[in-house]
Amino acid sequence: MAPILDINNLYKNYGSVEILKDINVAIEPGDFLVLVGPSGCGKSTLLNCIAGLEPITGGTLSIGGKDMTHVSPKDRDIAMVFQSYALYPTMSVAKNITFGMKVRGVDAATQESKLKEVASQLQIEQLLHRRPGQLSGGQRQRVAMGRALVRDPKLFLFDEPLSNLDAKLRVEMRSEIKKLHQNLGATMVYVTHDQIEAMTLATKIVVLKGGVVQQIGTPAEIYNRPANLFVADFMGSPAMNLIPAKASKNGSGTQIEIARDGAAPLVLTDTHAENLPQDVILGLRPEDIAEAGFRAGEDVQVAECHIDMVEPAGADTFVVSELGGKQVTARLHAETGAESGKALSLAFDLSKVSYFAPGSGERLN
Amino acid sequence: MTDFTQNYHPPRRSFGQLALRWLLFALLGLFALFYLMPLFVMVTTSLKSLEEIRTGSLVALPRDVTFEAWSTAWSGTCTGVKCEGLRPYFWNSVLMTVPAVFLATLLGAVNGYVIAQWRFKGANLIFAMMLFGCFIPFQVVLLPMARSLGILGLAGSIPGLIFVHVIYGIGFTTLFFRNYYVTIPAELTKAAKVDGAGFFRIFWSIFLPLSLPIVVVTVIWQFTNIWNDFLFGVSFSQAGTQPVTVALNNIVNSTTGVKEYNVDMAAAIIAALPTLLVYVVAGKYFIRGLTAGSVKG
Amino acid sequence: MTEWLERHVPKMVLAPSFVAVLIFVYGFIIWTGWVSLTRSKLMPKYEIKGVIQYERLFASPRWDTAMDNLFIFGGLFIGISLILGLFLAILLDQKIRAEGVLRTIYLYPMALSMIVTGTAWKWIMNPGLGIEATVRNWGFESFTFNWITDPKMAIYAVVIAAVWQASGFVMALFLAGLRSVDEEIIKAAQVDGIPTWRIYSAIIIPSMAPIFLSAFIVLAHLAIKSFDLVIALTGGGPGYATDLPATYMYAMAFSRGDIGQAASSAMVMMGVVFTIVVPYLYSELRAKHD
Repeated sequence: MAPILDINNLYKNYGSVEILKDINVAIEPGDFLVLVGPSGCGKSTLLNCIAGLEPITGGTLSIGGKDMTHVSPKDRDIAMVFQSYALYPTMSVAKNITFGMKVRGVDAATQESKLKEVASQLQIEQLLHRRPGQLSGGQRQRVAMGRALVRDPKLFLFDEPLSNLDAKLRVEMRSEIKKLHQNLGATMVYVTHDQIEAMTLATKIVVLKGGVVQQIGTPAEIYNRPANLFVADFMGSPAMNLIPAKASKNGSGTQIEIARDGAAPLVLTDTHAENLPQDVILGLRPEDIAEAGFRAGEDVQVAECHIDMVEPAGADTFVVSELGGKQVTARLHAETGAESGKALSLAFDLSKVSYFAPGSGERLN
Repeated sequence: MTDFTQNYHPPRRSFGQLALRWLLFALLGLFALFYLMPLFVMVTTSLKSLEEIRTGSLVALPRDVTFEAWSTAWSGTCTGVKCEGLRPYFWNSVLMTVPAVFLATLLGAVNGYVIAQWRFKGANLIFAMMLFGCFIPFQVVLLPMARSLGILGLAGSIPGLIFVHVIYGIGFTTLFFRNYYVTIPAELTKAAKVDGAGFFRIFWSIFLPLSLPIVVVTVIWQFTNIWNDFLFGVSFSQAGTQPVTVALNNIVNSTTGVKEYNVDMAAAIIAALPTLLVYVVAGKYFIRGLTAGSVKG
Repeated sequence: MTEWLERHVPKMVLAPSFVAVLIFVYGFIIWTGWVSLTRSKLMPKYEIKGVIQYERLFASPRWDTAMDNLFIFGGLFIGISLILGLFLAILLDQKIRAEGVLRTIYLYPMALSMIVTGTAWKWIMNPGLGIEATVRNWGFESFTFNWITDPKMAIYAVVIAAVWQASGFVMALFLAGLRSVDEEIIKAAQVDGIPTWRIYSAIIIPSMAPIFLSAFIVLAHLAIKSFDLVIALTGGGPGYATDLPATYMYAMAFSRGDIGQAASSAMVMMGVVFTIVVPYLYSELRAKHD
């Protein structure tokens, strides 16, 4: 199948400042692409470039197989939902939703039927005569979605649409967008700085930093096999533990040695890793460190650690221990007997381990 | 509103505080008298006969109220050679002010929309250059403008005055609208672009309906400035096309005949009436224009 | 083609205004500057002859008077208006029930034409029938208030009328400033037991420095351009006693037929405005960018 959105070697400069560097992304119909990264990484600029709201400096961009590099937004067959919703303040909800059709000269009867359809889909029938100023945040969000849905475009673009909602509403709307995507089978591009939103919604994630793509992959790939230290640190909460270690060859595999303050080094043996340099950074997510006896498998290795802090979080309990000069977090079950200031046997699941080069930050295994 | 004095004072005021309060009211009242006195004197003088003016006191109420001075001022008094009163000049001012205000406001709205919402390279420089035009002393353009109006065939005409007022009004009107439109999120324009609307459609359907408050402020500001203008009026008009301020000055400072103070005052009030009316009816917007016109950027 | 049009419509819409400003502001300034370097009399000549017009200007006693008057008038007008405006704003800030009415009364002169203001004050201050006569009628036979006809005092009469017109506006500016001071700071000061007058002098007024600045700029600008008021109130007289650069320029341009002098005096006015306004505009626009 031809990609519905195909971005090749896209560059974007503001004056002499490079905002986006050599972006290459392609998605298939029905994909849900999430652009994620810290603020200032260029993700919103990239979305604006896809929409045609910002001209691009270099490269090409096609939508639905047609070159759209220099086409104006109105001819790209896209719809967009904005962070501030950008509802037209002097128009009623109905007029907001039908404005695009009106501009395009769609006849009144079609406008009316499409409006009805979308309004019932989003359950905003009772709001149609109100002005945006009379709506709550969640209602505005729905209207903004309605304005996009009614257009039935090739591509939906979302620019941090949930960041102005309170926490509870955000979770609600998140699952609603996911449902919408599944029901419509539409193709969506979604910008967020929230990695949980990215994980829950995406079929494909692009992690951006400083205008450069760090990794493209499915949520599972990004989560389990981060391409570099930045992705490893950015995706997941609490973040992946990144521990400086020394690797050396021994008989059965690679021996990993982690320095500890005031105690003997922690030594683990990885039977899969090969050809590691001497200095590495070992990455292990908190859920891959468990209380001894609660995790089994051939790659699980147990070591005694000194617990510095215990943080019960309801469903889980997090414990912190200092390893290799870092605060390392482990996710334990809620009923753990761990006490701060005491030693505890922890199980390290090395089947999930990532290794990174300390200098370049690139993934090694 | 800060209400800290209320909070600060205990509920029951001491004698000293009460005295202070009375002093405050006395001062405020005294200043009110200072500002009102000229208006009071103008009105009472305009209602007196010349005889009463000569014999009576400046601050006394008129003994016999007469509107003769008003009718003379409106349709009989002499400005130079002609003796038609202020009426034709009043209409000159109307004919000059209304189109000039309309055009300057319209241009300012479109310019402000471009500068605030369609930024392009150099737009800020253009804005700064237009802004600077608000501050020049107009003396510096009087001579070349007089010649240019001659070349354009507009010398001494009301269209010429309209032209001048529009040209030198654009800076302020652009400033007003630009400052208003920058507060409107750029996403609104983006949303409309994605919806398929173009430059003019977005202006007409989305920005103009939002603009009522700033239109009112701008219209009032321009109306007051253009109606009250004297420098351009006296420099670029001729007998018959003079605006009311110039005519008023001619009446008051004519050296021939008996000084009719009551007519002078009535004429001054007539010339001031439109702007005073606007001030009384829409004072809130008037103040907003003043402060917007002074606090720049 | 339509693509190109779409992209350039905003520029094309702005272009006429920009061209107009370019010609009628900047072009005209250059024209006047050029002519100020010629020997133009009744008609402009374009042959540059050096700074002779400026030499004539600075040698002219009438111009001397006009510049002296500008500094006396400007200094007093700006100073008194600022002080009076701030004073009135503080008085009005004391939770006065009649605030709205008083504000309206203090500010209405700003809506009047300076010609109207001049006409009114000319009548009030005329010695024969105005204040002087009135007070004498009350029994104070020796009372004199003839500033308007006294060459030494006439410029102060202009100051009175100008302050009457513009001080309410300064009041409005300051009042808005007083109201925009962060209330939490004031509450914190009250909790610390700082008396009201100290709150004003140490916290509120210093925080209004930008408003002082913009009020100063507007008043200075008014003072330099003031023309109407002098024409209506004194006609520049007695003699040339109340001439200002603006009236000097006008007289040279339109009644004396001395275009060279008019142009050079206009350029000097421009220079004065420049030195005041340009640093202000520059800092304002800079602040916007940061």
